[in-house]
Amino acid sequence: MELILPYLKAFLVGGAICAVGQVLIDYTKLTPARILVLFVVLGVALTGLGIYQPLIDFAGAGATVPLTGFGSLLAKGVQKAVEEQGAFGILTGGLTASAAGISAAIVFSWIGALVFKSGDKS
Amino acid sequence: MQKMTPTEYGELVKKASPNSRSYRTIPMAFLVGGFICALGEGLRTLYLSWGLQEDVAGGLVSVTLIFLSVLCTGLNLYDNLAKYAGAGTLVPITGFANAVASPTLEFKQEGMVLGMGAKMFTIAGPVILYGVLASFIYGAILWVFRG
Repeated sequence: MELILPYLKAFLVGGAICAVGQVLIDYTKLTPARILVLFVVLGVALTGLGIYQPLIDFAGAGATVPLTGFGSLLAKGVQKAVEEQGAFGILTGGLTASAAGISAAIVFSWIGALVFKSGDKS
Repeated sequence: MQKMTPTEYGELVKKASPNSRSYRTIPMAFLVGGFICALGEGLRTLYLSWGLQEDVAGGLVSVTLIFLSVLCTGLNLYDNLAKYAGAGTLVPITGFANAVASPTLEFKQEGMVLGMGAKMFTIAGPVILYGVLASFIYGAILWVFRG
């Protein structure tokens, strides 16, 4: 039980966050792009309010893998940068913290587009 | 062509829209999204066992999931899974990676600059814009009220 508990927590919390996204798709007119934007901004706001970090401490990847976790990463980056660099950190914190994810997505996608053929969507 | 009132048009749209069956879509999103997060937790445990620091391990988890997502997008697996999983494949970081990889691949024919280069950011652009904007506002608030 001790061994699987972290996975269970990640599964339940991560699943619940995705289920919220599905409710928004089913019952509102929000497009997928708007939901992604909403989740990232929500992640920043909830981290700023001190609500999201306890969820990360509890669920690990269950809270960091959804895009709210990406927002949380931006918020924590700006916290650290403002602490260390003062006002200049307002501009550097967000992108510095999220650099690995953004660079990976851009670079892998570019290589992927050259390697793979565009499949038909049928 | 026959004129339609807005109500009639609304009815028509409702009829034409796919019937979303929430009793099926919501549990599917929960299961698939939960599975992707549990996979992330597995990777995190693995990287921590290599002696990596918490933040490096966390970053590497994202990078690994992004890699897997781009690979699955290229093999046309991710979009097929997304048909059933809905938000379960959209909301995790893999959904963000798919939103970058998918248009990059699709618009390859339009060239490397305005095809791949520009279309890559169709969805990622707004996400990065509003994420950075939100962090800027939060940072400004922190700076003003710092003790």
